[in-house]
Amino acid sequence: MPALCRDCLTTFQTGPRCPACRSPRIVAHPELLTLSIAHMDCDAFYASVEKRDNPELRGVPVIVGGAKRGVVSTCCYLARIKGVRSAMPMFQALRLCPEAVVIKPRGSHYAAVSRQIRALMDAMTPVVEPLSLDEAFLDLTGTERLHKAPPAVLLARLLKRMEEELGLTGSVGLSHNKFLAKIASDLDKPRGFSVIGRADTAAFLKGKPVRMIWGVGAASQAQLDAAGIRTFDDLARWDRKDLIQRFGQIGDRLWHLARGEDFRRVTPNEPMKSISAETTFDDDIADRDLLDGHVWRLSEKVTDRAKAKGLAGRTVTLKLKRADFTTITRRHTLREPTQMADRLYREAADLLAHVGGRDAYRLIGVGLSDIVAASAADLTPDLLDPDAKRRAGAERAADAIRARFGADAIVKGRALR
Amino acid sequence: MKISIERATLLKAVGQAQSVVERRNTIPILANVLMEAEGDTVSFRATDLDIEVVDKAPAQVERAGATTVSAVMLHEIVRKLPDGALVQLTDDGASGRLTVQAGRSVFSLATLPKEDFPVMASSEYSANFSAPAPMLRRLFDKSKFAISTEETRYYLNGVYMHVAQGEQGPALRCVATDGHRLARIDAPLPQGADDMPGVIVPRKTVGELRKLLEDDEAQIAVSVSETKVRFATPAITLTSKVIDGTFPDYSRVIPIGNTRRLEVDAAEFAKAVDRVATVSSERSRAVKLSLDEDRLILSVNAPDSGAAEEELAVAYGDEKLDIGFNAKYLLEIASQVDRENAVFLFNSSGDPTLMREGNDTSAVYVVMPMRV
Repeated sequence: MPALCRDCLTTFQTGPRCPACRSPRIVAHPELLTLSIAHMDCDAFYASVEKRDNPELRGVPVIVGGAKRGVVSTCCYLARIKGVRSAMPMFQALRLCPEAVVIKPRGSHYAAVSRQIRALMDAMTPVVEPLSLDEAFLDLTGTERLHKAPPAVLLARLLKRMEEELGLTGSVGLSHNKFLAKIASDLDKPRGFSVIGRADTAAFLKGKPVRMIWGVGAASQAQLDAAGIRTFDDLARWDRKDLIQRFGQIGDRLWHLARGEDFRRVTPNEPMKSISAETTFDDDIADRDLLDGHVWRLSEKVTDRAKAKGLAGRTVTLKLKRADFTTITRRHTLREPTQMADRLYREAADLLAHVGGRDAYRLIGVGLSDIVAASAADLTPDLLDPDAKRRAGAERAADAIRARFGADAIVKGRALR
Repeated sequence: MKISIERATLLKAVGQAQSVVERRNTIPILANVLMEAEGDTVSFRATDLDIEVVDKAPAQVERAGATTVSAVMLHEIVRKLPDGALVQLTDDGASGRLTVQAGRSVFSLATLPKEDFPVMASSEYSANFSAPAPMLRRLFDKSKFAISTEETRYYLNGVYMHVAQGEQGPALRCVATDGHRLARIDAPLPQGADDMPGVIVPRKTVGELRKLLEDDEAQIAVSVSETKVRFATPAITLTSKVIDGTFPDYSRVIPIGNTRRLEVDAAEFAKAVDRVATVSSERSRAVKLSLDEDRLILSVNAPDSGAAEEELAVAYGDEKLDIGFNAKYLLEIASQVDRENAVFLFNSSGDPTLMREGNDTSAVYVVMPMRV
């Protein structure tokens, strides 16, 4: 069985240690040298970046996430041992691990580090599909001749370079499709390298719970539970037609997944589907004026990003979360796509005005979807709103000032509420 | 109730009724038409609670009475009966069924009690006047294309009918706009309309009203109050609530200082716009108008799908101008012109453009340009 030393990248036939460097960190699999679809996931990315940048944090549990009311974005493995998990409310995390150091996320910094990792991946293959800042799918099919090394070796080299050059560790899953590659990367974390081959796919899925499927959250799980589907074996027993009838299009996908089949390609630069921003308050807010101020700030945040990417959106979404965590979403489709904060704010504020009641909210979010290129946006001014043209001019001017002198150089009065 | 009625007469009356009832109803009786037979007429009444239409048709009434049946089903039945048939409607109160009989066809339809049928409360109208059908037809036909469908600005979802000072004296004026284009149509103010409050006539009502206006000779009795409007011919009475809102001050929107004048054959222009717009992308459909001395070049450049260009001989004597419009809006306003040339008055490529027919200011259209 072919094997690979993850330290010196030597390939050899099976053995407990690397014949070249005697390292025990080897990965062996019958299909090791032929599989080419991979998923790379950084280990506790935000926390690892913080630990790397501040050596004092090395031996202490680190939680990256929002302040008092926020949730855990990432936590290091020391915190995970105590039971802290991503997306856990911060108060709960701190109860489990009171000695943890909580760090506010530094989004733009992580994005910069992410770009460095991306550069390493881009050197391996043009077919990189980032899922977020810290994970991506790679299709390495056909790269062996170029790099004179099989995909598995390239991936081991990627992890090695990330550690040596960037001081960050990651885990890789190698398989024959995206679904299995993503599962594999999670099997041996941190610093993992797992392989699921064609021949062992069926054996691997046997008895595994269906919530392993990426995208199956609590809601889908409940639906599957209702159908008596807990494991892949349950799923595999279903007739294809019945699955489609019960779950719609997803049913067909489930039928294939039950057989370890996933025909999605790794697609670089998946077009953006929506741009949104939300904020969780320290204390629930019922005051409409305060909420309105947040709507403005979020609208500006969203359109700043849209403008930076040369995009615009046609559908405006307002999201509110009540104190009891029930969520309200309201949507309105514009006649013409926009990337102007003023336009987005007016629509979102109008949606807010139409949400009746005096409820207090713990979270508010604003989003733009139905994304198009900026060239198709804001083309026809509104006859009945002649001031809109002046406001748009003012917004473009303010954008120019902020681009030159910083984000706080000029702000709207309503942003201060 | 027992009546005999001509199939054609019945079809017309039930047709009007079934277009008023909403297809999706939570209140079953709103799907029904109320038939009341008395003397030698039957009245057919239908409502969606916002609009009520009553159509009186001549019939042979053997036994007076009233009942309600599904408007859509009765319409379908009558539509499928052979032309020239005599239809007999018999309501046997006890069975809760209406028998429809024509020739050898017999139908039995479920009825609902007439007492449950909501009749729109009558109200005091502050203005009552009479207007010729062709005049109302022109007012509404030429303005309705600009009615907005946007729900957030619900007060634009209709035609604003009001009294205004037109260029040729007091006018009955209809205005509609969706914020991208606007139509303002004037007609001489009929006698008795002076005190009419301005009302926003909802889109659906405009559609129903149209059916009353086919006859060129007809005089329509119009009654208006702050909350309701009524249009009546001797046979049909259409009563509608009006939109409870304030129509925006449209006068600021109509440009008065536009000096660049383009005159073009409207039909040729519309055909050319339609041709070049074929290549434009579905969503924006922007057409560029490049104007130079007596020459208009229409062009579309859609990076994804292609490009098109067409030249038209026009009357234009002002400085060069490039201006873009949504093709759909141009087609719609150009199709309003039927007698003379279309006259466009431009200011700049960013300002509203005015269009009218020749020098006739009784119908003006404003359209907002698009960035191209």
